[in-house]
Amino acid sequence: MSQAPHVSTHAREKIWGYAAEFSTPAAITNAARKVAGAGYRWWDCHTPFPVHGLDSVMGVKPTILPIIVFFGGFTGMMLAIFLQVFTNSLEIDLWAIVPVVGYQFEVSGKPLISGPAFIPVLFELTVLLSALTTVGAMLALNGLPCLYHPVLKSTKLARITDDRFYLIIEARDPKFTDEATRSFLESLDPESIEPLEP
Amino acid sequence: MLGHTDFASVTEEICAVNEAPKPPRLWYISLVISACLASMLLVLVGYLVITGVGVWGNNNPVMWGFPIVNFVFWVGIGHAGTLISAILFLFRQKWRTSINRFAEAMTIFAVICAGLFPGIHIGRVWLAYWLFPIPNQMDMWPQFRSPLLWDVFAVGTYFTVSLLFWYVGMIPDLATLRDRANNKIKAIAYGFFSLGWRGSMRHWHRYERAYLLLAALATPLVLSVHSVVSFDFAVSQLPGWHTTIFPPYFVAGAIFSGFAMVMTLAIPARQIWGLKNFITMRHLENMNKIILLTGSMVGYAYATEFFIAWYSGELYEKFAFVNRAFGQYAWAYWIMVSCNVISPQIFWFKFARTSVWLMFVVSIFVNIGMWFERFVIVVTSLAQDFLPSSWGYFEPTWVDIMTFVGSFGLFMTLFLLFIRFLPVLAISEIKGVMPEADPHAHDHDQEEVHS
Repeated sequence: MSQAPHVSTHAREKIWGYAAEFSTPAAITNAARKVAGAGYRWWDCHTPFPVHGLDSVMGVKPTILPIIVFFGGFTGMMLAIFLQVFTNSLEIDLWAIVPVVGYQFEVSGKPLISGPAFIPVLFELTVLLSALTTVGAMLALNGLPCLYHPVLKSTKLARITDDRFYLIIEARDPKFTDEATRSFLESLDPESIEPLEP
Repeated sequence: MLGHTDFASVTEEICAVNEAPKPPRLWYISLVISACLASMLLVLVGYLVITGVGVWGNNNPVMWGFPIVNFVFWVGIGHAGTLISAILFLFRQKWRTSINRFAEAMTIFAVICAGLFPGIHIGRVWLAYWLFPIPNQMDMWPQFRSPLLWDVFAVGTYFTVSLLFWYVGMIPDLATLRDRANNKIKAIAYGFFSLGWRGSMRHWHRYERAYLLLAALATPLVLSVHSVVSFDFAVSQLPGWHTTIFPPYFVAGAIFSGFAMVMTLAIPARQIWGLKNFITMRHLENMNKIILLTGSMVGYAYATEFFIAWYSGELYEKFAFVNRAFGQYAWAYWIMVSCNVISPQIFWFKFARTSVWLMFVVSIFVNIGMWFERFVIVVTSLAQDFLPSSWGYFEPTWVDIMTFVGSFGLFMTLFLLFIRFLPVLAISEIKGVMPEADPHAHDHDQEEVHS
């Protein structure tokens, strides 16, 4: 982020952003619409539950999570095929240098590579890796686990997980200036405004 | 839910379960009893490992006996949780928010109990790792064409995915408990497990998508787990086991027993902790309807099995079923039929669906009936198969019975600890389905809203 012209580095050290408090989902949605319209980029809404439609008002782009999960699931499927074919049936002699021999079972007259019998494990590993990818990628994209965050520091903002809705504009936003942003937030008619320490 | 007009009172009422300075006396009493039974389980498993599987009643021909009966019983119970969380979520059944956390916790603890039994049934417990494809110096691998190995993967995956689903759903609620913590230990513990969740809308966006994906993944998984468990039986050649009806029949039975166990646990819990505003009569009635439906499906499956056995004209198949109903284990068969098929039929009547005592009694009956169903399937088919000279009779020993009782101790101990220390209801989800949560709702109309 480029430096905003009006803010001295001194002020920057003191303040991380401003948090405006709202008490209903409708109020924060209206406020968010105005903040997005004013061209702010480094801002966020903090809510006790996902408020429907707020993400599109904020201009949050659809997450790439499903695509990552597809590749996770695909990896699981390939892993299952490789695992079963290798361990139960494979025999490759790579130019007689690397003999790769699996454990070749001859059981109940089934062929060494028996597709139908391999399906349950294939399905399970696909689901397992997809689910692990879903959770892992969701946390990674969200930057969690997060050991410290200015929002968590303020005791007033602890009500985010209870019943309050906070709209936060960060000081690193190029449009952020101490006075202008504060008065802009006041114009949104919040319950209160809280400066956040870094 | 009933009687709530703002978000704060929802937080307040649910967190009260965790934040009360002292839990109800009944909690202490139940915990002491459960912990004693769980310790007994530990001692008996130790006794088994030191002595050998001879301490059980398993014999030749009934080599599966109690451990496998208990395994299938517990896995079955573990079905309701993910069904409620995943399938009802995809069907947008908002009433599930009151019971899903509960049922998911039950699933996880039931699967822990289930995983124990095949683990100790293998006889040489210290070789249990042979179940997994671990490279080893013997150059030996598991046999992937065996349904028993499919089971390892199915139950392992089910446990992992259920645990993830449960935990991901709990992260925002753990953050609520963290922000309300009144001492250092709580703040650190809840803070650690809530991963620094701060309710950012950008996070919620990905979170909701991840939750939807998990639900979509868990849905086929729920249906697959008990299908794979049923393959353990259906893929073998034994009369009474070798049938194509097994997968759907097992899944219906699993959902049936799972819902019964949810009822058995939810009814006392809502009474003791005053959660009647959240787990309302409407929820209980809905669950009773599902019990009636799945109970009737199970009854239909019993009838179909008999019909097909007769229709097949197969001597052994016919004998297996006549023998189930009128042979040496007829007592078990009729306990099963009266508990599973007859007792839930009372839910056709609304007074029964809304009577707390009646539904509690029926849920206990169903639990008993479903255990006997697995007993009937496992033991009757093994005890008398093709050759009369190899027939036998299975009788459990005291170790068998007390190990099973002990597994209830383990289950209840985990469940009681969960109620005390983790958010019992999905706080953020309940807030999200309240009418006030809709950004288009202009100030609340104060009507009684059920959701």
